[in-house]
Amino acid sequence: MDGFLNLAWFVPVPPFLAFLAIILFLNPNKVVSSLTAITGAVLSLLIAWPIAFNVFMTPNFGEHPVFGALYTIPTGKSNFIIGYQVDPANALMLFMASFLILMIFIYSNGYMTFPGHLDAKMYPRAADENMDPRYSRFMAYISLFATGMFGLIVSNSLITFFVFWEVMGLCSYLLIGFWYEKKSAQAASIKAFMTTRVGDAIMLIGMLLLYVYSVPSTLEFREILSSGNLEHLATTVVHIPLLGLDLPIATLTAFLIFFGTVGKSAQFPLHVWLPDAMEGPTPVSAMIHAATMVSAGVFLLVRMFPLYFVAGEVSPGLMTFVGYTGAFTALFASTIALAQWDIKRVLAYSTISQLGYMVAAIGVGAYVPALFHLITHAFFKALLFLGSGSVIHGVEHGFHHAHAHGDGHGSHHAEIEERIDGNLDLHDPQDMRNMGGLLSRMPLTGWTFIIGGMALSGFPLITAGFWSKDEILAYSWGLGRPGIFWMLAIAAFLTAFYTMRQIGLTFLGSPRSEGAEHAPESVWQMTVPLMLIAPFAIGLGWFGIPASFPLIGGLVPNFIENLQEPYLEYLQLHVAHPEASFLPLLVGLVVALGGLTVGWLVYGKGIGEHQVDPVRKWLGPVWVLFHNKYYVDELYQATIIPFSLALARFLALFDDKWVLDPIVDFVGRLGVWLAGVLAAVDRLVVDGVVNGVGNVSDRFGGLLRRTQNGNIQVYLLALVIFITIWLLLETLPLILTLV
Amino acid sequence: MEFLNSWVLPIILFWPAVAALLIFITNDERMIKWGSILASLLPLGLSIYLLAAYDQGVGGMQFVVDIPWIEPLNASFALGADGLSVPLIFLTTLLSTLSIYYSAGTIRYRVKEYFLMFQLLELSMLGVFMALDYVLFYVFWEISLVPMYLLIGIWGGKNRGYASIKFFIYTLVGSVAMLLAILGTYYATGTFNILDAAAAKPFMNLPADQALLLSSLAFWGFFLGFAFKVPSFPFHTWLPDAHTEAPTAGSVILAGVLLKLGAYGFLRIILPTFPSTSAYWSMWIVALGAIAIVYGAFVCIAQTDLKRLIAYSSVSHMGYVMLGIGAAASAMGRNPDGTSMLNDPAVFDSAAMAINGALLQMFMHGIITGALFLLVGVIYERAHTRALDKFGGLGTLTPYYYGFFLVAGFASLGLPGLAGFWAEFFTFRGAFALVPLWAAFGVIGIVMTAVYILWRIMQSLFFGEYDSTKLDHWTTVTGEHADGPTDMVAFEKLTLWPLIIGMFVLGFFPMLVLNYFNSFSVGMLESIRTLF
Repeated sequence: MDGFLNLAWFVPVPPFLAFLAIILFLNPNKVVSSLTAITGAVLSLLIAWPIAFNVFMTPNFGEHPVFGALYTIPTGKSNFIIGYQVDPANALMLFMASFLILMIFIYSNGYMTFPGHLDAKMYPRAADENMDPRYSRFMAYISLFATGMFGLIVSNSLITFFVFWEVMGLCSYLLIGFWYEKKSAQAASIKAFMTTRVGDAIMLIGMLLLYVYSVPSTLEFREILSSGNLEHLATTVVHIPLLGLDLPIATLTAFLIFFGTVGKSAQFPLHVWLPDAMEGPTPVSAMIHAATMVSAGVFLLVRMFPLYFVAGEVSPGLMTFVGYTGAFTALFASTIALAQWDIKRVLAYSTISQLGYMVAAIGVGAYVPALFHLITHAFFKALLFLGSGSVIHGVEHGFHHAHAHGDGHGSHHAEIEERIDGNLDLHDPQDMRNMGGLLSRMPLTGWTFIIGGMALSGFPLITAGFWSKDEILAYSWGLGRPGIFWMLAIAAFLTAFYTMRQIGLTFLGSPRSEGAEHAPESVWQMTVPLMLIAPFAIGLGWFGIPASFPLIGGLVPNFIENLQEPYLEYLQLHVAHPEASFLPLLVGLVVALGGLTVGWLVYGKGIGEHQVDPVRKWLGPVWVLFHNKYYVDELYQATIIPFSLALARFLALFDDKWVLDPIVDFVGRLGVWLAGVLAAVDRLVVDGVVNGVGNVSDRFGGLLRRTQNGNIQVYLLALVIFITIWLLLETLPLILTLV
Repeated sequence: MEFLNSWVLPIILFWPAVAALLIFITNDERMIKWGSILASLLPLGLSIYLLAAYDQGVGGMQFVVDIPWIEPLNASFALGADGLSVPLIFLTTLLSTLSIYYSAGTIRYRVKEYFLMFQLLELSMLGVFMALDYVLFYVFWEISLVPMYLLIGIWGGKNRGYASIKFFIYTLVGSVAMLLAILGTYYATGTFNILDAAAAKPFMNLPADQALLLSSLAFWGFFLGFAFKVPSFPFHTWLPDAHTEAPTAGSVILAGVLLKLGAYGFLRIILPTFPSTSAYWSMWIVALGAIAIVYGAFVCIAQTDLKRLIAYSSVSHMGYVMLGIGAAASAMGRNPDGTSMLNDPAVFDSAAMAINGALLQMFMHGIITGALFLLVGVIYERAHTRALDKFGGLGTLTPYYYGFFLVAGFASLGLPGLAGFWAEFFTFRGAFALVPLWAAFGVIGIVMTAVYILWRIMQSLFFGEYDSTKLDHWTTVTGEHADGPTDMVAFEKLTLWPLIIGMFVLGFFPMLVLNYFNSFSVGMLESIRTLF
């Protein structure tokens, strides 16, 4: 069966072929394009799932992961191998990503056939065809995106990992800016690419240093994460000149590579791009936020975990830094989330917060829980995002239905209601204040959304989110990180609270707009994926119940841990396990149920049509601070961005107008002037002795002046032709004699 | 085969001269255009043959031709190709063919002279890449100036007079410095053969201080000659003017091949001939390279003219080449105990990767920037302006154009998966091992490149809605009136497809060209290592 695992490299290929086929040939036909993309995703699933289940079924697979080479790139006397690998960590990722990607593809098929969210004036054809005008392009982009994710998962080296990482970066740029007629979409796409690019550039430095210092010098995971090399990296100390620091190279590279994750997984302070990424079509949000791109950032940490583990042993500060970055982000983002109105933005901040959980888990050394939460989160967050897309569609349809006899498709004019908890566009289908009572209008969407929401809040025992979150809390308490533990616990409380708020505002109470009143349930292409994902949002948790859990622990084997532990053994990492303890369990239960209860009490019946958010009244200016995301965007707008632009303008003027070019022009003019002077001297002082000098300078001056009237062209052309003919005549006889 | 292998270089080299003669005696414009295109296919085909026939296992110079030429001078007509020049010869013939094909659709006046000039240009560039004799090298080097000068001066834009003279005089100054250095090398070694001179290591038999002084003079002489051509910061100011004013195909050749002549000189002449001196001065090359990367990228951000922006991006991108060359040069010195630094296999491989990166950057930049200038030409033929603020919304109206620009733009910003990435990656890999601080400084350029590609170009041209009030005069590519922007036509697509495919293929399989470059860099470094 091992032979079959060697097909892993083929997983990214079908979506890539689909991408090429759509871009080059199929794009005029939207239906065929979409079916091609879905076929690509199905083929990937058909390869990825057997591989994943093969790994799951093989006992102790982690002790002998599969490595394969495709081709080599020469690097001096050595070579670099481009290939693939299969191990328990990426098998889980393959299982998750291939399924979610297929669901998202099918969902997109339904979502993009409704262009109601597009301004009819901007997209005249959209309304006629009842399809997004760039539908084919969309399917091509998400196919490329899938290629990037699969490629990244099966990569055997950090280079190919980085290549596919950036391919996804490109796709997210293209997809976020998909409706690039909108100013906000333009800005968001550039922001997403630039912010992650900053993280990636720092990560690239880390990668390159790792490449330079590793023995043997390579970036293959197998080699760089071997215990011998890690020990070498941990004991090699480098001096950083400008900062005057001496650091083990393992610490330095781990620190730099961490910024890749900070950018891609939207950790503070590079988190700003992710909420804006909501400008893209909703399936894109699910792709980016759940299944693929942001997971990739955490997956990088999971992949490089041995490096972090070893670096954490020689410099504990590194792991503290990673852990607190994650914990802070988790708390920070969850406070923002409870003061947002846009249904997708709440989820965006909740994503940032949950990614913070995973990063914090890596920071406390909880490898298995980080990976576990990564997988469960991918499922329930995909469910929530796809559900929110369905809601937005429904409300949008509702508005259209209400205006059916009015001014037609999509041309709703903004009616702004000024409120102290943020201004409200009365026709905004994404604003939760325009929703309410949707559970009865859209039951499938509503119930699956509630399932996802419960998983996100960590509703005890039955949902997947509970088990994975509980693991992280248990580890951070048990491994002696109370600070991180309490920050995560508060964040968990807030998570449960804002999730309940979202459910209450969206689905409970009574409708607060015509859109919500007339919202229909979405088409089957959208609801079927929801129903297929929902079981995972519940059931996955049961595969990771710790054996030490009271009462039910040990009844079901802890599958996730049994799968991953042999791999850690193989990597020769001796990861600590927490002692069984009641406190984290108790805290986990209390914050989840407490947050949900408080949320229920405040928002359980929705809110009134013009009622201000109750929390706005209680928290006052603090709420405004949350609502405005702590003004981080404004800070960047006022500092880094204008500074860079001013520097650019200064250097351009330096180059062209002030210094460099003027020097050149000055030298040139000086030459012409000198020639003129010499020519004048020559004319005036007609003297036998100076005649020679004069003649030369006259010619020099004349030549310079003549360059401008074209004589030189003839002169030089003649020269060239002469030399060419001469060369030919010189060599031709020789060639002939040798023939 | 035997016959072809011994004569393939002269045939490639002089075929354009034959074509020029034929153009000279033809008067029908159609025949000139199609004849030029057809004629340029032969060197292209033969250079593909070169790629296939070059034996990487053996390495070194192959297809050598060595015929006594000007005997009193000791100059000979010596040609050869190795892992360094074979891909560059291919690049030259490829871009020449594409440029000629593109020009056939866009050049409307003085057709005969134009295509004549182009053939001579191709001849001179190929000559530089093939010459193994200093005199021959210098002759071709100088000849290459003339057709380009005329291309800019006759078929250029509004300010073409200034730009062409600046280009000519600037490069000529560098050539004079180079000529002196060539003469110095000749007197030290007694030969004009480039390989023999490199093997003889001029000045090294003198006492140490004299050797350093004289070889430094020669080094700086060559340095000026080549750095003006690259162009290295701060000698780059001729480039934006020349590029902006040159006709589209002229810019393609200028950026795609002519700039590479300078970098080629570094690797063919300076590093092998003066290894210790290069190591001594290497930090200058490194610093100028790293500064150029960052400086060029910042200057790009502030540009308002599309073509000028891409011209400055060449300054930035050629900075990678300088950085890689400088980093490799820094490894060519001796350890404190007098042994070669290259004896350490890790240093050796890092130096090789730095050179490989620089060479890949030369090759990839030729393809990518060539494509970008063609794309600028496409829009300029229609809009007759290049001001960035006149455009917008082209993503919807001209999707084909958008797609091509997207690929070329992202390749230019070094997106992994496209051609530019590997060049930057290996350059930085070598540089981080050998000159880490400058390399770290250069990384700023990576971020800033993304700013000007995405924010300046992509957003200005393609995003937003098309606004017909910004620019009221549009034409089709053939010059007829049009109501708005029209998408690319067949001949433009055909010109760009090979380059776009190249970006994809080399993005995933860089070893297709890297194998040649690696055989060169390993061979060169090995010969330097065994010196001490």
